[in-house]
Amino acid sequence: MFKVTIDGKTIEVQEGTTVLDAAKMLDIPIPTLCHHPKLTPFGGCRLCIVEIKGIPRPVTSCTTPVSDGMEVTTSNPYIEDLRKTVLELILSDHPNDCMVCEKAGDCTLQELAYFYGIRENRFEGERRIYTKRDGNPFIERDLEKCIMCGRCVKVCDEVEGVGAIDFGYRGFSSKICTPFGKDLNCEFCGQCVAVCPTGALTGKMWKQKGRQKDIKEIETTCPYCGCGCSLTLHVRRNEVIKITSREDTLNEGWLCVKGRFSYSFINSPDRLTKPLIRIAPKDQSNPPLPPFVKGGRGGINNSLLVTRYSSLFREASWDEAVDYIAKRLKTLKDKYGPDAIAGLSSARCTNEENYLFQKFMRAGIGTNNIDHCARY
Amino acid sequence: MQKNNLKKVIVRVCIGTGGLAAGGKEVIDAFKKEISDRCIDIDLDFTCHYQKVGCRGFCARDVLVDVVDGDKSLTYQCIKPEMAARIVDEHLIGGKPVKEWLIDDTYYAFHAKQKKILLKDCGTIDPEDINAYIDVGGYSGIKKVLSEMNPEDVISEIKASGLRGRGGAGFPTGLKWEICRKTPGDTKYIICNADEGDPGAFMDRSIIEGNPHSVIEGMMIAGYAVGSDHGYVYIRAEYPFAVERLRLAISQAHERGYLGKNIFGSNFGFDIKVKLGAGAFVCGEETALIASIEGQRGMPRAKPPFPVHHGLWGKPTVINNVETLSNIPYIIRNGAQWYASIGTEKSKGTKVFALTGKVKNTGLIEVPMGITLREIIYDIGGGIIGDREFKAVQTGGPSGGCIPAEMLDIPVDYESLAQVGSIVGSGGMVVLDETDCMVNIARFFLEFTQAESCGKCVPCRIGTKRLLEILDRITKGLGREGDIELLQKLSSDIKAASLCGLGQTAPNPVLSTIRYFREEYEAHIRDKKCPAKVCRDLLTYYIIEEFCKGCGACLRACPSGAITGEKKKLHKINPDICIKCGACFEVCKFKAVGRE
Repeated sequence: MFKVTIDGKTIEVQEGTTVLDAAKMLDIPIPTLCHHPKLTPFGGCRLCIVEIKGIPRPVTSCTTPVSDGMEVTTSNPYIEDLRKTVLELILSDHPNDCMVCEKAGDCTLQELAYFYGIRENRFEGERRIYTKRDGNPFIERDLEKCIMCGRCVKVCDEVEGVGAIDFGYRGFSSKICTPFGKDLNCEFCGQCVAVCPTGALTGKMWKQKGRQKDIKEIETTCPYCGCGCSLTLHVRRNEVIKITSREDTLNEGWLCVKGRFSYSFINSPDRLTKPLIRIAPKDQSNPPLPPFVKGGRGGINNSLLVTRYSSLFREASWDEAVDYIAKRLKTLKDKYGPDAIAGLSSARCTNEENYLFQKFMRAGIGTNNIDHCARY
Repeated sequence: MQKNNLKKVIVRVCIGTGGLAAGGKEVIDAFKKEISDRCIDIDLDFTCHYQKVGCRGFCARDVLVDVVDGDKSLTYQCIKPEMAARIVDEHLIGGKPVKEWLIDDTYYAFHAKQKKILLKDCGTIDPEDINAYIDVGGYSGIKKVLSEMNPEDVISEIKASGLRGRGGAGFPTGLKWEICRKTPGDTKYIICNADEGDPGAFMDRSIIEGNPHSVIEGMMIAGYAVGSDHGYVYIRAEYPFAVERLRLAISQAHERGYLGKNIFGSNFGFDIKVKLGAGAFVCGEETALIASIEGQRGMPRAKPPFPVHHGLWGKPTVINNVETLSNIPYIIRNGAQWYASIGTEKSKGTKVFALTGKVKNTGLIEVPMGITLREIIYDIGGGIIGDREFKAVQTGGPSGGCIPAEMLDIPVDYESLAQVGSIVGSGGMVVLDETDCMVNIARFFLEFTQAESCGKCVPCRIGTKRLLEILDRITKGLGREGDIELLQKLSSDIKAASLCGLGQTAPNPVLSTIRYFREEYEAHIRDKKCPAKVCRDLLTYYIIEEFCKGCGACLRACPSGAITGEKKKLHKINPDICIKCGACFEVCKFKAVGRE
């Protein structure tokens, strides 16, 4: 254990703890931008600089491990002045269009600019100009707002293990790049979006759907797979406009592309919300269609099929639907035996649900004909 | 008919970087051709051997050719291929040296105040032949170390020598080795930093090109001292000859068994890998260099932990500069006392500088620490070209500062140069004269550091850009009141807040030029004038009426049609059309074109 004194308060911490973490334990605030508690330290934004007795120049608290007897000053006029210069430099190369930025109100940079009261900028100058060009439906990359904190690069590498992006180019022109500068083409998990401290990375589908006002945050569990990640739905006027996940959850705030971005089904008009029971026998419901229609585009006319099918179903209550299923299963079992029935389950169900399903098939129906996209 | 016992004549030609650029290869070919042409007609009473040697230092007089006839060695300067025939005829065959082509007093003056340790062998032995190095005592250092000394002895010997890192920071080499030796770990690495990137610097390049084995031997000794069996040389890919000769030297050392396992029958084994840089200046920074070797983007990381504790692949690593390592064999061979007797109290030994800029004798020099800048510039360098007025000397490359005339008598050592706002650095020394604009010089170096910033940390990425923008507008006549103070404030903040040495030193050229040449900045900002007449946007060209003869030379030279006037009558420059190219100024024989 190392004894370290920060701003006059002393604490004992384990070897390897950074000055920033030790300060956090003492509830001493140090401003950060590039630091993320779940990623390796970077030391790029230079905001978390502190003075340490015996070291001639200020050092970044996020990268410096404590040593025994260390004496740290986290704030004094000199340090605050340096931080202000650094912030001004960042803002001098930033669009400052907070009025229309998706991230406003939830933006670390905006927050810091507020606390440091930066309105005028001594270092105004050239700003990087990039055109947005990604064609994907999920991630909006606005490189002009990027502060090069590198969190996206690290989360992609260290958490996702994908490495779809990295630093490229030098000096003022350096930027976060895809391979060969092509369109972003990854698994679109959006972890980079989740860790971005500015509006440089946002969800495309969040655009102009609402920021902080009238937003209700609702905790729920992701329906997509058995992992059961915790989700926070951002709901405005009874519509989910964004999904995030908190860091203190079992999934540590990490999500995949489905959990984060695939929520449009909730309000989709195509969504099944009630059980449907077929009202015409199967063979009539599906008349053979000509494989190729002369003069047409060929293949099957989807819209025609949908109308035909939907007209052959009727809405029912859950009780009625379950009774109907039970009746039909029983009839089939009596007539053809239990092995005439097979059950297919889904990886999107939870473990418990899948357990119940196999139990139902084996004990209830009496067959081993069960399978599942990820196999039992 | 072949005669026996012919005397042996050696023609030694410089093929260092400067020599090659001046045509060293063509000169050798010319000598070979002339000799073989004459073989047909006459029986020569000698056999000619051609020896390619590394940098001789005096690049301004390249190609330098030695003709060694027995004990007598004569040196020719500024040799072109077409001059070979006369030297062969008159000197080699006729026995009478071509006097007017021989080196003169300047050559001796250039060398008089130098103290050559590293460069001595550099210019006399064939870098492509391991035997040449062995003949001058090469590899006796490692032999001595392996047979007589234990690693601790080696470290204390290096410590006693007072050798400090020649990469720029001047950290005591022996201490670095000692820390690394004491750091627990089975695997340790020695890295030779040959990523020399300062504009105008070619010390490391010349050493590797001229005497690659000394670097290898230095690395081996370092490896033995710290307990490492693996070395890397991280070298710029832009140095193809150095890479080629280094690789050749490594393979020759392998063939001899000097590299590999059980060197000289001992338990010690050492191997060296060559890793090429991809053209990033920042990779000269040790943590960025390590990242680059590991296959990562060359980006520095925060220290501590230092490489001696947590270096390449997370193992304890010693990173030394080429020149530092090249010093090691000589220290071991001649003893720490000998080395410590050269130099000043805190800076021992010699330092190699690349002397460039507006000095008459440009080249590679090796001087004892503590020599004054005046001696370097006026005695070795021969003064300023055209006997113009000296203005400043820029040391340490883009990380260094400009030292003005009134400080020429300070000794060249780590502390003195730091005191006046510059650094020894890796050894670039650019001499500036009255025709150099100091604002423009600062702008030039900022342009370089800004372009070479890795972009990781904010002060360096954006701060140097803003410095450059402010300097840019000052040189364009758009400077504002308060710009100097803003430059100073931003510079000191960048120095304090940047992550690595690149950002921490990048503002040095700005700060030192403001410190010593503030009036030039003020002239740019307040009077919109460039005293050195360099900044194009601040110049106006005009015709001086009393001198103009109406010859029309300026009119014809003007590319933009800004000059009007009839023959034999006064000409006029229209400032609205003038693009300030200076063509009229250059072409006027009557000095009738004025420039302000």
